[in-house]
Amino acid sequence: MHRHPDRKLALILPAVLVALVAASCGGSSTPAPASTAPSPSAAAAPSTAPSPSAAAAPSTAPSPSPAATTIKVALVAPSAVNDLAFTQSMVEALNSLKGKYNLEIAVSDNQFVVATAANVIQTYATQGFNLIIAHGSQYGSTIQQLAPKFPNVSFAWGTAGSTYDLPNVFAYQVNSNEGGYVQGAMAAMLSKSKVLGVIGPIAVGDAKLYVDGFCAGAKSVASSISCIPVYTGSFSDVSLMSAAATTFVANKADVLTGTAQAVVGAIGVAKTNNLPWFGTQWTQVSLAQSNVVSSQVYDWSPIVGEILTDIQGGKLGGTTFTATLANGGAKIDFNPGFNLPAEVKAKADSLIKGITDGSVKVPQ
Amino acid sequence: MNQFFTVDVLTVTIASGIALATPFLLAALGETIGQRSGVINLGVDGIMLLAAFATYYTALKTGNLLLAVLAGAATGTVMGVVTALVSVTLKAEQGISGIGVYLFGLGFSALLFQKLVGTPLPIATLPPVGIPLLEGIPVIGGMFFRQSLLVYLAFLLVPVVSFVLNRTTYGLKIRAVGENPAAADSLGVSVARIRWSTLIIGSTFSGLAGASLLMYGGIFQVNLTQAEGFIAVALVYFGAWRPVGVMGGALLYGLVGVVILTWKSLGIIPLNASDLAATAPAVITVLALLFLARRFRQPAALGRPYEREG
Repeated sequence: MHRHPDRKLALILPAVLVALVAASCGGSSTPAPASTAPSPSAAAAPSTAPSPSAAAAPSTAPSPSPAATTIKVALVAPSAVNDLAFTQSMVEALNSLKGKYNLEIAVSDNQFVVATAANVIQTYATQGFNLIIAHGSQYGSTIQQLAPKFPNVSFAWGTAGSTYDLPNVFAYQVNSNEGGYVQGAMAAMLSKSKVLGVIGPIAVGDAKLYVDGFCAGAKSVASSISCIPVYTGSFSDVSLMSAAATTFVANKADVLTGTAQAVVGAIGVAKTNNLPWFGTQWTQVSLAQSNVVSSQVYDWSPIVGEILTDIQGGKLGGTTFTATLANGGAKIDFNPGFNLPAEVKAKADSLIKGITDGSVKVPQ
Repeated sequence: MNQFFTVDVLTVTIASGIALATPFLLAALGETIGQRSGVINLGVDGIMLLAAFATYYTALKTGNLLLAVLAGAATGTVMGVVTALVSVTLKAEQGISGIGVYLFGLGFSALLFQKLVGTPLPIATLPPVGIPLLEGIPVIGGMFFRQSLLVYLAFLLVPVVSFVLNRTTYGLKIRAVGENPAAADSLGVSVARIRWSTLIIGSTFSGLAGASLLMYGGIFQVNLTQAEGFIAVALVYFGAWRPVGVMGGALLYGLVGVVILTWKSLGIIPLNASDLAATAPAVITVLALLFLARRFRQPAALGRPYEREG
């Protein structure tokens, strides 16, 4: 039989193209800078991308003028805009500031591949965006490399404490240990077995801070309580988080918490076993309405608001911001659907007040 | 370490390991059938993702878990048709077309999730079903005989696939097509028909794998599989293209993963070694692969599209 490679190629190429287009639409494997702002209801739908080919030409970007009526903001984030965790917290902050600062927002979510994210960030930098928010500590080296090439563009990255001494880089971080401390104390009071299940992704950044704060808070109430965290090694492996939660339940844990976008699986375990769950980064009540006690919610709007004000004033970077319970960057969101004993709520309120006024010191 | 060797902890650890191994086993069994006929399907992970979403969405909308699992399996079947069309009929390079299917599954499942669901909501999962009499056996009953129906199905498929491959005419044709398609063709065996059938069956298994993964966590997420489909392909080599060997690999991978988690939760593995320990399942599987799989030969025609001479 004689082969017809050209004909075969003509048949296969469209199939491959369809596959690649579908992949890019999903926003998971290819850079897809969105051209419009995700409204709260449409946040799950990053729209079509401007061509990333412009990334090859790191030309000068328009300087942000203090008199500009519109500020173009791009967000690059590692997980989905509706992850009920880290990324969603920033999306909601930008949406809340959209009217006040007349923002034009673009979002590229699911940028878990740093090399791809770097390409997306560079694309935004060439397209006249005034502020590019690289929402993940993994993007640090990318910002360090790109920011000097685009001195008229402001970059913000977090959670991290370093601006690399660059005049056009803001950094932001969160004292997630504070909310962790409050929730850990509540968990210890709710636990009968005095075994807590604590699940994290990798022992870095705000995840480690939260976990450490949670266990410190628990031990402040019951010094002998078992609070041994398990780090699964992945921010996004739902199965592994589920397995970790199941393991904790087997080991008599009767209150669970976790951080990272993959905790949705662990929350399912809490729901199945009807155990209390403490969330962090964003409110997780919708996942288990009877089980979520409270969530530490990151509210980035005060920090992003300060950054935008700085940009309007011509200051493009050089400052590190920290979200805390005191400045409203972190909040404890209690679930009204959970029947929280009055003494536990009173303890939480007392700790929040103490941390806010400085009378309670949370270990770092 | 003494805390680990208690009946309660060991029971849950092994039961969880078996449940965690199930998606790997189903996907790897399906891949084994395809590879024995000479077709390598690298699109397993993408098929699992699409099937997981179909399972999730069906369960979310209907609340019928059995229908949801069937939707996942049917999605696998449809993707098997697509894969067979590209790999067998169009004779595409199997590695490249498989990656195309994977990318399609990754992107399209994410797109559907974002457009049709938005904010993720958990679904009910398949409940554990105790096998009468056997579940009452001390220790062993809790480990093996209180699992979900998909777990039982996966492990029942091991002897079934083994029997079909080694003891039936259809299995003989599959092996013949995988070893020497020209010879099989000369004896009147339709190479294309056999390969179409194995890809459709194998992809249906991948669909079930996606459904079982979804049922384990009870929620869908973008890139839910975390490359489990690719690990399943590796497990076929680990198991030397034999269903029992593949089962051994899947169990090893699942059990090591859960044992590591249990040791972390008991404080046996110190926190500063936590991230290193997370790589243990992959490292152990690769090492075992290096030592075991060399002794076996892969199907001679694996990965080669069949062209009739003359």
